[in-house]
Amino acid sequence: MAALYEGYTLCGLVPDQNLSSSGIQGIEEERDRDHVVVTDSTRSVTLYKVSDQKPLGSWTVKQGQKLTCPAVFNSQTNEYVAVTDNKVIRIWKEDDILLDKAFKATVSSDVWKVHCTHGGEPVVLFQRGAVRLLDSLLAAPQQPIEEVLAQEEAIRWSTIIVAETQQFIIITTEQKGEHFLYLQRLNPNSVQRYRLEREEPGLSPLSFSATYRDKHICLLYLYPNGHVYQSVLSVRGLGTEEGVQALPLPRSLLLGLPVGDGQLEAASAMALDEAHVAVVGVPHPSAGGGKDFLCIWNTNFQTLQAGKEMAGKIYGQLWSYSNKVFIPHGKTLSIIPFECPKSSLASALGKLKHTKTEGELNQTCYTLSTTNLTTDQVLELIKTAPVEEIQKEVEGFLTRAEFQDLQPSVGQLALTLVSRSLADPAFYSSSTLAQLVHTRCLCHSVCPDLVLLALEKKDYFLCQLCLQFFPDIPEAVTCACLKAFISPTSSVVNDRQTRAEDVKKKASAPSQLSCPVGLHKAVLINEILQTPYSDTFLLPHLKDLSSQHVMLFLQYLQFLYLKYSQDAFPQMEGFRSPSLSQIMDWVCLLLDAHFTVLVMTPEAKGLLLNLHRFVKSQVRLVSELGKIEGSLQELRKMKAKESIGQYSIEIIELF
Amino acid sequence: MGEFKVHRVRFFDYMPSAIRTMAFNSQTERLAVARADGAVEIFNFNDNFFQEKVIPGQDGRATEALCWVGHRLFSAGLNGEITEYDLENLRPQYTVDAYGGPIWTISSNSQGTQLAVGCEDGTVKIFAILEERIQFQRNLNRHKGRIISLCWHPSSAQIAAGMTDMIKIFDAETGHATRRLLVDRAMGASKNKEVVVWSVGYLSDHTIISGDSAGKVQIWNGLTGTLVRTYLVTKWDVLSLVINASQDESSVIAGTSEGTVIQFQFISSTVDQHDKEWVRTRTFRNHSHDVSALAHTDTAVVSGGMDTQLVVRPLLDKVEKNTQESALRKIAFPHRSLVGCAKKAGLLLFQFPDRLELWKLGESEGHVCLMYPYFVCRFLQGEDHICCSALSACGGWLAYSTVSSVRLYRIQYNNTISINKVSKLPKELRSVHQLCFSSDSSKLFASSCQSSVIVVAVSQQECRYLHTLKHKTGEWKARMHLLCASDDGKWLATANTDCEIHIYNLHKMKLHCMVPVYNSCPTTIAIHPVTNNLISVHADQQIFEFSLVQKEYTQWSRRLQAQGLLSLWLERDTPITHITFNPKNPDHIILHDTYMFCIIDQSLPFPELNAVLWNQMTLKSLPVSQRIGQSHAFKICKSFQHLMCVSLLEDLSLVVVERPLLDIMSQLPAPVRQKKFAT
Repeated sequence: MAALYEGYTLCGLVPDQNLSSSGIQGIEEERDRDHVVVTDSTRSVTLYKVSDQKPLGSWTVKQGQKLTCPAVFNSQTNEYVAVTDNKVIRIWKEDDILLDKAFKATVSSDVWKVHCTHGGEPVVLFQRGAVRLLDSLLAAPQQPIEEVLAQEEAIRWSTIIVAETQQFIIITTEQKGEHFLYLQRLNPNSVQRYRLEREEPGLSPLSFSATYRDKHICLLYLYPNGHVYQSVLSVRGLGTEEGVQALPLPRSLLLGLPVGDGQLEAASAMALDEAHVAVVGVPHPSAGGGKDFLCIWNTNFQTLQAGKEMAGKIYGQLWSYSNKVFIPHGKTLSIIPFECPKSSLASALGKLKHTKTEGELNQTCYTLSTTNLTTDQVLELIKTAPVEEIQKEVEGFLTRAEFQDLQPSVGQLALTLVSRSLADPAFYSSSTLAQLVHTRCLCHSVCPDLVLLALEKKDYFLCQLCLQFFPDIPEAVTCACLKAFISPTSSVVNDRQTRAEDVKKKASAPSQLSCPVGLHKAVLINEILQTPYSDTFLLPHLKDLSSQHVMLFLQYLQFLYLKYSQDAFPQMEGFRSPSLSQIMDWVCLLLDAHFTVLVMTPEAKGLLLNLHRFVKSQVRLVSELGKIEGSLQELRKMKAKESIGQYSIEIIELF
Repeated sequence: MGEFKVHRVRFFDYMPSAIRTMAFNSQTERLAVARADGAVEIFNFNDNFFQEKVIPGQDGRATEALCWVGHRLFSAGLNGEITEYDLENLRPQYTVDAYGGPIWTISSNSQGTQLAVGCEDGTVKIFAILEERIQFQRNLNRHKGRIISLCWHPSSAQIAAGMTDMIKIFDAETGHATRRLLVDRAMGASKNKEVVVWSVGYLSDHTIISGDSAGKVQIWNGLTGTLVRTYLVTKWDVLSLVINASQDESSVIAGTSEGTVIQFQFISSTVDQHDKEWVRTRTFRNHSHDVSALAHTDTAVVSGGMDTQLVVRPLLDKVEKNTQESALRKIAFPHRSLVGCAKKAGLLLFQFPDRLELWKLGESEGHVCLMYPYFVCRFLQGEDHICCSALSACGGWLAYSTVSSVRLYRIQYNNTISINKVSKLPKELRSVHQLCFSSDSSKLFASSCQSSVIVVAVSQQECRYLHTLKHKTGEWKARMHLLCASDDGKWLATANTDCEIHIYNLHKMKLHCMVPVYNSCPTTIAIHPVTNNLISVHADQQIFEFSLVQKEYTQWSRRLQAQGLLSLWLERDTPITHITFNPKNPDHIILHDTYMFCIIDQSLPFPELNAVLWNQMTLKSLPVSQRIGQSHAFKICKSFQHLMCVSLLEDLSLVVVERPLLDIMSQLPAPVRQKKFAT
């Protein structure tokens, strides 16, 4: 079932005085999924690293100038492209500090937007409908720009879509109350015009969203009366009949959203996948007339999958990149991660088929919200019931609970489970706990005994999960985990106790160097290396490690380091492996904590010498780099002198 | 004026040779400079430092010392020979073996009657200077160790000789050593390294000044043999030392391995005292490498060394400030053209001392190079170095000459290139100074000794002597250093170092007229292809146009003289070495020096005296309509620098041969290490 997770704030907003617009013009994906470029509605462009929630760079145009189109990132050239004052195209790189010194070109007609897909070339869309590739436009910036749109026809919305290898620009326009859609293919250029069917008179679409799937472009649009329509355009066969005569665009009603009283004003609908639509600014069906909700609807079954109330005013703006919704509301821009699993009827109805008997399935399916146990009931159950029943009920509870009220109840459930396990050594429900941790609603402070319990029960899989998902594990616990993982008694860690992800193991435990610890241990230790910590708190606990453990751990860290420095960088996206700096930090910490002991240990001599040699080489490298730093900077500053070879042919002009 | 396609050529890797030694003749104001390859160059300090003569070098002739005796020039070198040069025909007149091993130094007495040479075997040999030759007189007492430096006392009674670790004073009459001055070795680690006295000077008051390899300049009392004063001027060697002997002997300059020149003056150290002493006064730093040659003129310090440049540094207390005379002058390139250009064939001929290189230029469509230039062939010359070369306009003939012989080659370009040496040359073609082909490549002109021009017909079948052009029979005259034939084949112009320009009528094979003699040597001459006017440019940068038909200066030339050239033009310090014309526009004269090329448009007015000479940038910024009012006759382009040649091909594209000084610098050996701050 689709779910919205706990969100976080990317940045604050400076909305208009009358709160009519959010102050954000656009959000575009940058080099990867973790970077976005946010363009505000006046003068500045900011680059954010999403997972760190922090800005990496910001550029501002001069007072008096205005950004009139969201900046886009051209990943071919690693440059940003934006338009100021409708006609000035600006291009800059990340290390340009001043936008005024960056490249600019003035074009002869007003630009509506610059669109760019990842890995594609930027495309400039003019307000009068003409389209140019950026490169060809910059080759002759003052080239005449033809008018594609009719008089009194104006662009309302536009986007770019990549269909296989072909780029399409989709434009919707309005002319005297009528709405049109242009499907413009690039390279070879061809355009097709469609007429949107009329909704009730006076109603214009509030938002559009276009996706490409199965060789068709799906256009989704929302009207103020809550109707969400879908039109499917074939990519094939386009361009056979060029012309301005507008074909009627067939549509199908996808959703009839509840609008409460009055009509929608600032609302937006966006297709998340083939079955899910995110809607913002539409009332929650069970929460009265307030419109400040973000909801995910399943269009196949017309069910509400998840909802979240957004504090403050909703502006009807919505972006989505890599399973995250970007939504400005009130005075913040929030990022809400979501998940849309493959839709099935069961999940759409809130019930997954688990190991339940058919009768139970029937019961739960058809008596949806009447006989379900409440949180309190489940809690009571946990205190007494056997493991299997608890597992069943908790699973059921989790699947039907709304996300936002999950957090307190999950905490309570985990707490009760842990306390029962502590009190009754015979009772331990690993899978239930793992399920609870998986919800990501738990953290260490909510349930402080969980990790230690898992350690005690040698449930290393749960430990791994906790280390991965809990952001607030104290250093003492981390250290305890480390001790447990590294001690030889835990060498019986077997396959089933760690997550059986082969790829990951390959990435973290390569074969050609001899790894001092076993594969599974390595995975666990890697997890520890990635947990957040603070040196001062960790150091005293590290001192508790025995010298054998320290040796082993250092050997492993050295192995990792060598591995990393051999292969250029074996980390692949999506795999959880520690970064080089994390490894180095741990090496330093460990040496700090145990240096005197290690110096006295004869077995450590070779290792220390290796590390010393390595540090020496690093110091030498850095000092050499430092020496030439000035020269390198000068080199960079130096204007590339045109190099004249042994022979050249030049044209000079004398006056 | 329009656009020009420019072939920018930088593959002429001409490398000047290091300056080994020099001698200045204060009577004639001529400076003789000897280079490491054995070449000797004569500069006329009266005529804008024009390099009027070049005696080509020879492999193995390592000249170590030069000496003027009146108008005669002697040299001695490590081959153990003393050579006197024939300054008219630019070749060694005779050589005498001194039989003392390599000669390190040569010096003449003030009367010009005796030459002393210092030899490797430790002898100082005295030669008597006779008319037309020299004769060995005697040896001074022999000592152990080589004689590195020598200096006569002005009275000719004593000779000071510098050797390793000491200086000896000989009585020139008896040949006995009268004094022995021991020179201290360097302090510190090099204590056991012997010190070499590279240079000595002997003043009339019997003061001896020496420069040595320990970096010291020492002043001795030659009567008592005592050391008066020591100046440690460098951590390396003091290689050369020279006294302004022609004046009051109150100034001495010393050149070091670090590239500095240091002046010492005999003055009173405080204003009101009368007792004078030698005081270190100025330091000049114009060289990057060893300063191995120095000359002290009345007004300037002249220095040269490893870095191949001749530097004339005026002493500001002797010249008027802020005039052309007070400007520093660096002479890096020869004052003649080393590049030949076949305009019709698009070929370039590069003249090196020991070889010639023939290159074919590339072809292009606009900026796009369709074909790169390629190397055609190389002509290696043996022991004697090349003194001049010529390439015919069609590229089919190539001629070059050394001091003793002339070679002529026929080059044919079919699918392959075939080069045939013309074996049988007329015997009149033996010793020539300048070669030139007629524009239709049917005749070869060669300036020969006794101021004559030999005309030879060249054709596929044979090479036939036609005529010898002479303007005055039987009279000894200066050699021709410039030759120029007119395009229509009717005229030949010659210029000699006596500043005379003669015009010959080739149809009648006799002297047509002589251009009025101007007091500065012509640096290049050319005959206009359309008007048949002779353009001559002189060492003092003046330009004249002389009508061959009317035998008088043209109106244009008169107007130019009347109005005068701008001072910026006159103050340029490199001579114009080549003139070409634009076949499409007869008004255009293209000429160049090292730092610029200029197109003179004869249809435009001369610049006013207060006008900007280099006005190209101004014109560029003006709208087209206003340009015409602002422009003047001199279109100067400085975007190409250190020019060896600028020529206009038949397809109206310019060929610019550059040899950047930086490239030359980068090929020099590393200079001595100097402590710089924070190194």
